[in-house]
Amino acid sequence: MKPRQSNFWKVFSVPLAIGLVSATGLFAALLGEGAWDALSWIGLGIPVWISVRGLLKR
Amino acid sequence: MKSKTIRRWSFIHTWTSLICTAFLLMLALTGLPLIFSHEIDHLLGNAPQVQALPEGTPQLDLQQLVQAAEAHRPGEVMQYFGWEEDEPNAVYAIMAATAGTEPNSSHTFMLDTRTGQPIEVPSANGGFMMVMLRLHVDMFAGLPGKLLLAFMGTLFVLAIISGTVLYLPFMRRNEFASVRTDKSRRLRWLDLHNLIGVVTLTWALVVGVTGVISACADLIIDAWRNDSLSAMVEPYRNAPPLTRHAPATHLLEIAHQAAPGMQPDFIAFPGTRFSSEHHYAVFMKGSTHLTSHLLTPVLIDASTLDVTAVGDRPWYMNAMGMSQPLHFGDYGGMPMKILWAALDLLTIIVLGSGLYLWWVRRTVRKESAR
Repeated sequence: MKPRQSNFWKVFSVPLAIGLVSATGLFAALLGEGAWDALSWIGLGIPVWISVRGLLKR
Repeated sequence: MKSKTIRRWSFIHTWTSLICTAFLLMLALTGLPLIFSHEIDHLLGNAPQVQALPEGTPQLDLQQLVQAAEAHRPGEVMQYFGWEEDEPNAVYAIMAATAGTEPNSSHTFMLDTRTGQPIEVPSANGGFMMVMLRLHVDMFAGLPGKLLLAFMGTLFVLAIISGTVLYLPFMRRNEFASVRTDKSRRLRWLDLHNLIGVVTLTWALVVGVTGVISACADLIIDAWRNDSLSAMVEPYRNAPPLTRHAPATHLLEIAHQAAPGMQPDFIAFPGTRFSSEHHYAVFMKGSTHLTSHLLTPVLIDASTLDVTAVGDRPWYMNAMGMSQPLHFGDYGGMPMKILWAALDLLTIIVLGSGLYLWWVRRTVRKESAR
């Protein structure tokens, strides 16, 4: 089971981190304005930025 | 993961996606302009223009507004008054032939709360944006349309989950965010499908689940009527129908006293689906950012103006209230709307590339079978 476990973290650690960042972004703006809004723009901006970078790769 | 397990998940991913793709593409495309409906209304000149009057011009009371509305649309009755935070000098009014008339046959307009002048809101009653909204909400098919879309949304969520499971075997030998651009078109789109799919996953899940909840709104409101509302108005079960209502003049003051610290969101007039035959229901929202999406009804007897009950908030009504901002993306200013649109477009790319990958593999398999 050992090698498979390390496989899981190797593959999913970055997506999981991005998932947490997006979730923070989604819920931050529900709590307030100003800094909370800015936090949500960063949280939702990161997945958009990574996607666009992938699309532009030639 | 065993190859048999992979094949099983792959089967789930292929078919849940294929069945919902056409609907999801329609939802993503119609959802795009809906994100900016406020801005589009302004651009098209459809946004209601509230007259500029000197600061401190006195406001009419609610009964005067009811009379102004009735004078504007004779023969119709009031269904709802609603408030918008960014428009302190106007109120939304919804009227129809009878109080129980279904929402799509009602007429929505605004009233200037200082003069009682009606202000038409064309985009609330028809036009391009209304077509987008109806396609997005029920495809012009009423409850069956909503439930079909709720089912498609559920398949979408299943497709996301199975896609995430498949991400592991596909990515075992690849670095995160690697896109193989030098081999074949199929590999490039496979990598992009995996990359964009996995990074937009949280957003797509939240928008998917909240969309399913919103699509079930009619059922949720019915549950509230049968459960919470019917208990509150139990003493009125055999009361004769009202022939006239006490004036609405002080409804807001009464509701404020019954639910201190809360703000009015809308009033449901007697006989509408958000009230009983014998009550005005003033729906109060919390005054913090988070609780402003949660509504507490204050039921006011429509003949004596006594408070019958301050409603509780069943969990499913809270879930419906919180689903709205999380589905619309309208709670974090213009940058959030732009990001929402970008994520929507990225979802279209994931759907399109998924369809393409399925098609390419299918033709390859057919040729090898030959």
